[in-house]
Amino acid sequence: MPRMLPYLLLLPATAFLCLFFLYPFVQVAHDSVMRNAAYTLENFTRMAGHWKFSTAFWNTMLLAAVVVPIQLAMALTMASIVTKLQRGRSSILYIFAIPLGISDLAAGLIWLSVFEQSGFLNSLLVGLGVVDQPILLLGYQNTWVIFIAIVLAEVWRATAIMMVILVAGMGLIPKEYGEAADVFGASRWQKFRRVTLPMLKPSLQTALILRVILAFEVFAVVVALGGTQLPVLMSETYHWQFQMQERGVAAAFAMVILAVSVAFTILILRLLHVPKGARV
Amino acid sequence: MTETTTIRRAGNRVFIAGVALLILWVLLPIWLLFVNALSAPAEVTGFPKRIIPSFNLDSLSFFFGFSGVIDALWNSVKVASVTMILSIGVGAPAGYALSRFDFPGKEVFRFLVVMTRAFPLPLLALPLAVMFIRTGLDDTILGLALVHTTLALPFAVLITYSLFSGIPLELEEAAWTLGCNRVQAFIKVILPLAAPGIAASAVFAFVISWNEVFAAAVLTIENRTLTAFLLQSLDVSPLPLKFAGGAALVLPALFFIFAVRKYLFAMWGIANR
Amino acid sequence: MAVIEIKQVAKSFGSFTALHSVDLTIADQEFMVLLGASGCGKTTLLRIIAGLETPTTGEVWIGGRRVDHLPPRERGIAMVFQNYAVFPHLTVFENIAFGLRMKKVPQAEVDRRVKRTAELMHIEQLLKRYSGQLSGGQRQRVAVARALAMEPDVILMDEPLSNLDALLRLEMRAELKGVLAESKTTTIYVTHDQVEAMSLADRISVMNGGRIVQAANPVEVYRNPAARFVGSFIGNPPMNFLTAQPAGAGKWQVAGQVFDGPAAAAAEFAIRPEDLHPSESGLPAEVRVVEPLGPHTLVTASVAGQPFRAVLESTLTPRPGDMIHLAPVPDRIRWFDPATQSAL
Repeated sequence: MPRMLPYLLLLPATAFLCLFFLYPFVQVAHDSVMRNAAYTLENFTRMAGHWKFSTAFWNTMLLAAVVVPIQLAMALTMASIVTKLQRGRSSILYIFAIPLGISDLAAGLIWLSVFEQSGFLNSLLVGLGVVDQPILLLGYQNTWVIFIAIVLAEVWRATAIMMVILVAGMGLIPKEYGEAADVFGASRWQKFRRVTLPMLKPSLQTALILRVILAFEVFAVVVALGGTQLPVLMSETYHWQFQMQERGVAAAFAMVILAVSVAFTILILRLLHVPKGARV
Repeated sequence: MTETTTIRRAGNRVFIAGVALLILWVLLPIWLLFVNALSAPAEVTGFPKRIIPSFNLDSLSFFFGFSGVIDALWNSVKVASVTMILSIGVGAPAGYALSRFDFPGKEVFRFLVVMTRAFPLPLLALPLAVMFIRTGLDDTILGLALVHTTLALPFAVLITYSLFSGIPLELEEAAWTLGCNRVQAFIKVILPLAAPGIAASAVFAFVISWNEVFAAAVLTIENRTLTAFLLQSLDVSPLPLKFAGGAALVLPALFFIFAVRKYLFAMWGIANR
Repeated sequence: MAVIEIKQVAKSFGSFTALHSVDLTIADQEFMVLLGASGCGKTTLLRIIAGLETPTTGEVWIGGRRVDHLPPRERGIAMVFQNYAVFPHLTVFENIAFGLRMKKVPQAEVDRRVKRTAELMHIEQLLKRYSGQLSGGQRQRVAVARALAMEPDVILMDEPLSNLDALLRLEMRAELKGVLAESKTTTIYVTHDQVEAMSLADRISVMNGGRIVQAANPVEVYRNPAARFVGSFIGNPPMNFLTAQPAGAGKWQVAGQVFDGPAAAAAEFAIRPEDLHPSESGLPAEVRVVEPLGPHTLVTASVAGQPFRAVLESTLTPRPGDMIHLAPVPDRIRWFDPATQSAL
């Protein structure tokens, strides 16, 4: 009985993950190559043939490429600040972590209040006399503004996740290493570059994987701010599933998102590999 | 000497200014949303905007009076509650097993849990939509809660794993030598010590479900949650409705994060190992 | 009333064998110390007796009852843990009462027993506190009181003093000895500290590499080590060992000197550092380091190229480089078989 106990305790969770995680992924992979009850690649050709596909793909990639590095830099800055603080540490940490609890839809709406035509940005611009009257910022004429708004909303919303992971990671690094670097004459920047960053690798790994995958899943923020004017992979998936009722093509989109996610996970694991003996 | 102190003082000022700027960056957008939510509809659509709300509740009452909103809100609460109960009920035993036993297959399970993080989980909703139609779970609270539990379960497992690992095995062993069986020792010793952390991870599961948009939008039609409702009416609903809805989404989140702030690290820090 | 019998108990963790078929009988009310370096299997043996580990093979009997298939709660034991394991969410009172409550002892009896054991351990003024408000020494007292309150047949202690500072350890050691002698329980006590073992034990089981090398009273273990390991592990500084060449008819030549020894094919000469005194006819030793320690002087020297220590009177102060002669007390010389490492 005691030998069976751990398996008994794991059984519900394992069954759950098999039923609602492994099985659906097999199913979605299956759906993506299935059309009219026959195996085919037509779903993929239809997906790739649609004029919006490459726009959606590259929009998603570009968003991730712009958002993630900004977030990484900001998260590192915030984590360093929190780690260094002596007073007010917990309240500042709480404030920094607030966006963690806010849904991407709400984040989109928050930034909509800034960017919509009668919004706060236009109020500011008119107030400062930059423009004479409110301009349509989130229109199809200037998708780059939509893009910037999405970037801001994403950076605002999802930097907190990275920050918290990095603060936790920094907490794991014993102070002595930094002090040793001080003794050997390292400057603040050198200390950060040569001691903190390398020791933070495992946390960086986790934070980046999580963030990059979430970046490929960007959806509600895009819809809230741009409607259908800036297609991304996830919104196209939703579109094919719902408006077009083409589950096979939606599944093909899902496979693309999945493939990109897995590829980047492996890439990050490779790039930030830490040999077993070299961990804190 | 004086030169270095001036430099340090200047550095301090830059530091404080940076902290202030970052705090403003986080809080100001939320403030702006609430300004809109607490202004009259005419002010929300009007121009220019003021940075202080008029504390007019017409937008909010318009929102709450809008057909389907109360139902959606209630659905969100129900789905999130079921998610919370399921993910703790299923996740905590697994976390306990991982923290207390060494057994063949342990690494396989951990890998399965960690792997969920490398996959875009909301996509699960696509195949599950079909499965739910077959089993009659489509457009139900339970169906959506099951998908949300899949999102929350890995966190529940990892958080409870770190929680239980933080409670020395010796305490449990002491209870055994003092006359407890396994269940009694768990209830009398482990549970009281782990309760606050378990509560925090339950709240976290609630937040995950409360905030989830994609699966909710795909899997519900009649029984929409608040996020699904807001998303699907985005292109038709007037601005005051959007902002009031956004505020309704954000407000509970502020409290949730405050409630679990002590456990934020347990949630993500353990991801390193 | 509890004799403990351990019969051919072995334990492996995967490919690692923690215990090789251990046999040991502990008499009723005996104070048995399991002594050894870390990783020697002493804690594993204790945990098997407690029921916290299951032996791979073998039997454990407590008070004439086979218990190796029983959970800890049915073995009539109480245990004191290395890190005390005082429950942080309960007061000191409830900690001590914990086991009694599990046994559904009536409240009046719980009060009486908690009060009595708390007084015994001098913690009656701490009963309302929580673990976080106690010092290490106080937690230790709570842990012992909690075990004693059970009035168990057997008390098991796993390095209970190792987390206390040196002075406190000395104090607690004497106190434990008194309290446990009075409680008339059988005690098994695990430690790596030889002084603790010598001071507390009725009998010491010296363990090494998953085996009990010698189980005997402290003086016997010290004077007549059953194996070379015991001599080298117990005693500070440990026993000296020198190679010996047979000189015929039970005589052995050691560093140029001839000693009476056992009739054997090969033997190793051994002598404790304090059983030496300067003498013209002694072993020739070249002094390397001299450490005056107050009551005596510790001399580290080289005898026939082998390291050799002597504890000499503090009036003697040789200098490094000096040649001195050290004569062993004849009846304190011990001989070991170089092949089997056991005493001859």
